[in-house]
Amino acid sequence: MNAPTRPHQVAPAADAAPAAETGSKRMTMIQALRSAMDVMLERDPNVVVFGQDVGYFGGVFRCTEGLQAKYGKSRVFDAPISEGGIVGAAVGMGAYGLRPVVEIQFADYFYPASDQIVSEAARLRYRSAGDFTAPITVRMPCGGGIYGGQTHSQSPEALFTHVCGIRTVIPSNPYDAKGLLIASIENDDPVIFLEPKRLYNGPFDGHHDRPIVAWSKHPLGEVPEGYYTVPLDKASVFRAGEALTVLTYGTMVFVAEAAANETGIDAEIIDLRTLWPLDLEAIVASVKKTGRCIVVHEATRTSGFGAELVALVQEHCFYHLEVPVERVTGWDTPYPHSLEWAYFPGPDRVGAAMRRAMEAA
Amino acid sequence: MSPHEPLRLHVPEPTGRPGCETDFSYLRLSPAGEVRRPPVNVAPVDTADLAYSLVRVLDDEGRAVGPWDPKADPQLLRRGMRAMLKTRVFDARMLIAQRQKKISFYMQCLGEEAIATAHALALDAGDMCFPTYRQQGLLLARDDVSMVDMMCQLMSNARDPLKGRQLPVMYSVKRAGFFSISGNLATQFIQAVGWAMASAIKGDTRIASGWIGDGATAEADFHTALTFAHVYRAPVILNVVNNQWAISTFQAIAGGEATTFAARGTGCGIASLRVDGNDFLAVLAASRWAAERARSNLGPTLIEWLTYRAAAHSTSDDPSKYRPADDWSHFPLGDPVARLKQHLIAIGAWTEEEHAATQKELETEVAAAQKEAERYGTLIDGHTPPLATMFEDVYKEMPPHLHDQLRQAGA
Repeated sequence: MNAPTRPHQVAPAADAAPAAETGSKRMTMIQALRSAMDVMLERDPNVVVFGQDVGYFGGVFRCTEGLQAKYGKSRVFDAPISEGGIVGAAVGMGAYGLRPVVEIQFADYFYPASDQIVSEAARLRYRSAGDFTAPITVRMPCGGGIYGGQTHSQSPEALFTHVCGIRTVIPSNPYDAKGLLIASIENDDPVIFLEPKRLYNGPFDGHHDRPIVAWSKHPLGEVPEGYYTVPLDKASVFRAGEALTVLTYGTMVFVAEAAANETGIDAEIIDLRTLWPLDLEAIVASVKKTGRCIVVHEATRTSGFGAELVALVQEHCFYHLEVPVERVTGWDTPYPHSLEWAYFPGPDRVGAAMRRAMEAA
Repeated sequence: MSPHEPLRLHVPEPTGRPGCETDFSYLRLSPAGEVRRPPVNVAPVDTADLAYSLVRVLDDEGRAVGPWDPKADPQLLRRGMRAMLKTRVFDARMLIAQRQKKISFYMQCLGEEAIATAHALALDAGDMCFPTYRQQGLLLARDDVSMVDMMCQLMSNARDPLKGRQLPVMYSVKRAGFFSISGNLATQFIQAVGWAMASAIKGDTRIASGWIGDGATAEADFHTALTFAHVYRAPVILNVVNNQWAISTFQAIAGGEATTFAARGTGCGIASLRVDGNDFLAVLAASRWAAERARSNLGPTLIEWLTYRAAAHSTSDDPSKYRPADDWSHFPLGDPVARLKQHLIAIGAWTEEEHAATQKELETEVAAAQKEAERYGTLIDGHTPPLATMFEDVYKEMPPHLHDQLRQAGA
């Protein structure tokens, strides 16, 4: 576990490698991700970036805008609409010695690439005893709350955490997004890099009926312009607290923070950042301290990553628990279009679970 | 009343099944020497006729005829002959080892030896093949890959370079340009294209060679590979080994009826050839042609190698249950070893005595390699690698949860 960071700590965080002396500025998560790819394209001639619409246009969310113009078409280019092809080609490039960073336009579209992720990228090192490796980064926007319906809103992280040999990373803010993406690109194993698209432009707290806060107004929107990394496989204490532990990641980090503020419960919010391999030490330390724990994610509940978290808390912290561990998640339905706010586990549902955890026992 | 008859589902069937001889007229053969050889810078669309005919060099008398004659140095052909024989002897020996339960599983390439061995001779050092499980000839044609190492992989023994993690025959030999075999079908085809794209991105001179069987061309990865190869003009050779059978499934079920697999290539804008895979000279010539195209920035070539899987799919099936037991003996393109032998003898570069002596010498070599490999263990002596190796290489560095599980597993 890393030294706990203060809530909304301004970069550079205690656990980050030092930033180059180029200053910092306010960035959205989109700009931070773009900056990460820019830095790595500049630093490492083996980094290439491709995917649907990422070249000339710069991606449907504009994460790669300007990179083709800067680095040329042989390093940043458009790909056919073929997720299996994009990841399969990336595996071959990785075997050659490149470090491809590919974009799946929406996480909801990764399924055709499943075989290349699960059977190929994840196991290439193992099956060849290290003869070949696939140091690839597969970026994909995930999560809902954008009226995306059931094909632009999914959070499929549990499908990745079940696979041995890959990393599953999910940042919650621009500072972490850039540092984690650089660390992912530099990592010699394949990384699934999930980008909560509801956080692209601001720290959305689940109150969809309120004005959007911009990252420019948030300390975690302050991002160094140069190279730095945020370590993989390490959680951060997003909000320190004594009353109960919230284990969460991605969009739900800010929802949990809103719930803590609105209920007045002194929750400790752990932002997992890398889902697998997991920073179990950080989780156990927090739960042993508070004795109460809830798990929050946007994905559907059954066999979700929350189930793994609950199992681990039970295995490691059972005698420290005052109350049962509750999950607050999306319902076990496809992500509905018009009813998305009834599906989304917003601050009211998270707050109610916090209260139940405090009132029980 | 509808003017139409009721709709019917068409399910292709081979003409030959057990007890019923195959009518091989479906193969669309061309006489040796008849098919034209365009320059390597031919436009892909102008290879359409080549995708429906058959490039052949050796005629029935063993003469090299026509524009595809590679005019190969007899020394090289003798080397090819030896590589094919070595592959066949190796396979025969390993089949017996499987029957003796020294290895768990085996896959022969009987009848298909010319394709991988001649192709290997057409590639350069540093090129990368992305093979299926039936291209052992790519390794056995090389002088720098030891049969002992290959056998240690087959036996999952203490010297298995893959630490006992892979089914037998799923070799990985990066230094010999042989990509790790997956076992999932078709996945390597698009990876080959990706590797070739990487070589082009880096301004390298190396090319990739991807391999697939007729059956697996039905997978999405095959079509994806063709699209990517065409789009990025990747320096890759896309080899489709059409050996007529995917376990018990005839090639028509993969989509080969009334068309060819080579034709898939021209449909995607890829120069395509359909080649007699049992004709060592034709394989050498076509492989060189495709390699030259790739290396000259002219893009990919798809080659359908027409051949016949003479043995079972693997040691787990009995082909006499789904096709005529003597089918191979009627296959019009014959046996690649016999055909090259006939040619070499005809040009005075080989003799019956030399053939017999080489065969015997290789049997001794293979037996010696097996003896050596068995010193490091076989499946029957209960050898398994150290438990800790199960947890290694999942990630580059072992994460804490695997350290925990290693401890729980009792290491």
